[in-house]
Amino acid sequence: MVTSIRSTLPEIARGIALLYAEHPVEADEAFADFQVRIARPRGLRRWVRPQVQFQFDGTPPFHPLPGDQAFPILEWGLNWCVSAHCHQYLIVHAAAVERAGQALLLPAPPGSGKSTLCAALVHRGWRLLSDELALLDPATHAIVPLARPVSLKNASIELIRRFAPEAVLGETVHDTLKGSVAHMKPPQDAVRRSLEPAAPRWIVMPRYEARAAAARLTPLARGQAFMQLADSAFNYHLHGRAGFELLADVVEGCECFELAYANLEEALAALEGMQ
Amino acid sequence: MTSPLIAALRDPAAVRSWSVPQWERLIRQARSADLLSRLAHLLAETAIPPGPRRHLVAAQVTAGAQAEAVQREVAHVARALASTGVDVILLKGAAYLLAGLPVSRGRVFNDVDILVPREALPRVEAALMLHGWAGSHHHPHDQRYYREWMHELPPLRHLARESVLDVHHAIAPLTGRFRPDSAKLIAAARALEGQPRLKVLAPVDMVLHAAAHLFLNEELTHGLRDLADLDALLRDFAREASFWSALEERAHELDLSLPLQYALRYCARLLATPVPEQYLKDSIPVWKRGLLDALYLRALQPHHPDASDRFTPLARALLYLRGHWLRLPPHLLLYHLTVKALRKRPEEPLTQGR
Repeated sequence: MVTSIRSTLPEIARGIALLYAEHPVEADEAFADFQVRIARPRGLRRWVRPQVQFQFDGTPPFHPLPGDQAFPILEWGLNWCVSAHCHQYLIVHAAAVERAGQALLLPAPPGSGKSTLCAALVHRGWRLLSDELALLDPATHAIVPLARPVSLKNASIELIRRFAPEAVLGETVHDTLKGSVAHMKPPQDAVRRSLEPAAPRWIVMPRYEARAAAARLTPLARGQAFMQLADSAFNYHLHGRAGFELLADVVEGCECFELAYANLEEALAALEGMQ
Repeated sequence: MTSPLIAALRDPAAVRSWSVPQWERLIRQARSADLLSRLAHLLAETAIPPGPRRHLVAAQVTAGAQAEAVQREVAHVARALASTGVDVILLKGAAYLLAGLPVSRGRVFNDVDILVPREALPRVEAALMLHGWAGSHHHPHDQRYYREWMHELPPLRHLARESVLDVHHAIAPLTGRFRPDSAKLIAAARALEGQPRLKVLAPVDMVLHAAAHLFLNEELTHGLRDLADLDALLRDFAREASFWSALEERAHELDLSLPLQYALRYCARLLATPVPEQYLKDSIPVWKRGLLDALYLRALQPHHPDASDRFTPLARALLYLRGHWLRLPPHLLLYHLTVKALRKRPEEPLTQGR
């Protein structure tokens, strides 16, 4: 996917230079899938409590945000571009990583720790497929990579800094709708291999619980895993019967678990032990 | 200012020689005009570069799902209204789809529109409410605007499925300059095969409704899409040799000659619809025609920054006023616009037009 991004805001330039350093820059005449612009809205709000606006092909699909949230609004806007338009895929709200050709899907609501797990896993030899949007191809039933920065929130920012000192993190932005947010640069290997899909092998529903006992994988019935995936999908309703059959086939070919955890290392050990 | 979208609609084969930037502008304009899936259908036999192709495939997935949803919704409406004994005439998208017309291929669908006799409205409204549809626009002025002045009830939304249903009793406002007689439309409606109580308008009436909808309307947000509908309907029905003369005659009978003249003029001008020369002669004075061309040839372009010039916003604003002018006599218009302007917070629209 190619996106044309226009902005005069320095934090956008810094964010792209740091976090998209591995992504190729296309020629001006290449086909851009989406044309976006991050700008200050016109009028008074340019000066008084400045705001920042995401524009998609000339129109803003959502409300502006406080002025210091330029990079987060770019990332959220790009997520919206994909989830609102790329209906050639079944789009599941899930993190996805790959190891030895087999993909692990982590579908879960916000706050369950999927991005934290995803960021940690890519520093333990898993390839990043996507942090937020798993794109399932109806033709091949494989996950098409979308190797973009991993969005970390609140306590997990510090957690990942300590867990992987080599991780490259962008500026932390406070007081967003999701609390404090920082984005982690996707590894070079993940970006280079972003045309290489991977077949799902495991579905794990993570659940961060501060008082959970030792992290452990509990088997999840396939029917429940199916419902969870359908629920987490942005566009299940658009795919009709083909979507049903796609998810049924994915679930059929996967081992399905729940993972309640309080400790990141234990959670990783449980996931790494999967065969 | 030739829009690549209009060029592709006129001659789909032309895209074969297009450069990447031309394709990009085509996709962007088609998306903003809600014509991506129509384009996908028109280009089904054409080799398309992989970049644009993804977007066309995605649009086809969406349009296919919408078509299925409309089929289901029509079945719900038919079931809800079965006990009323009223024949339900489907309008616009739902009619094109259920009648299997070529215009429905690759079309996007939103609401379902139906036409019923005005005297059946209380029965129809009651039956729909019993089956889960609820009214909108509860402000007293809006109720009056719809019920006494317009040609439809305030949009109904189904509480569980959230689908929107527009119930019409006429195809043009009761207070408007043009008042086609609904009884004539209803009398000429055709039964749908295998659907006992569902009907669609006769082909000539379908065209006249589409023309009235586009050229008596104040909103031209989907102007090009509506014009593309007209183009597809005309191309399809014109295979019948007697169609053009029947259309002209029926327009006269229904007091819709003027909207039809506009429809034929701008279909031929913008989309190269093969309208026979003799039906393109119109009665519009030259000065007025020049003005209308200046307005419509701008306002019917895709709503995209790329397809606008500095007069486009003015053209759209003037046609907005003209639409209101055509639907309400001056004293009601003044009253309506004053009420709208003084109201603090407008009711949220039911459907969010993108």
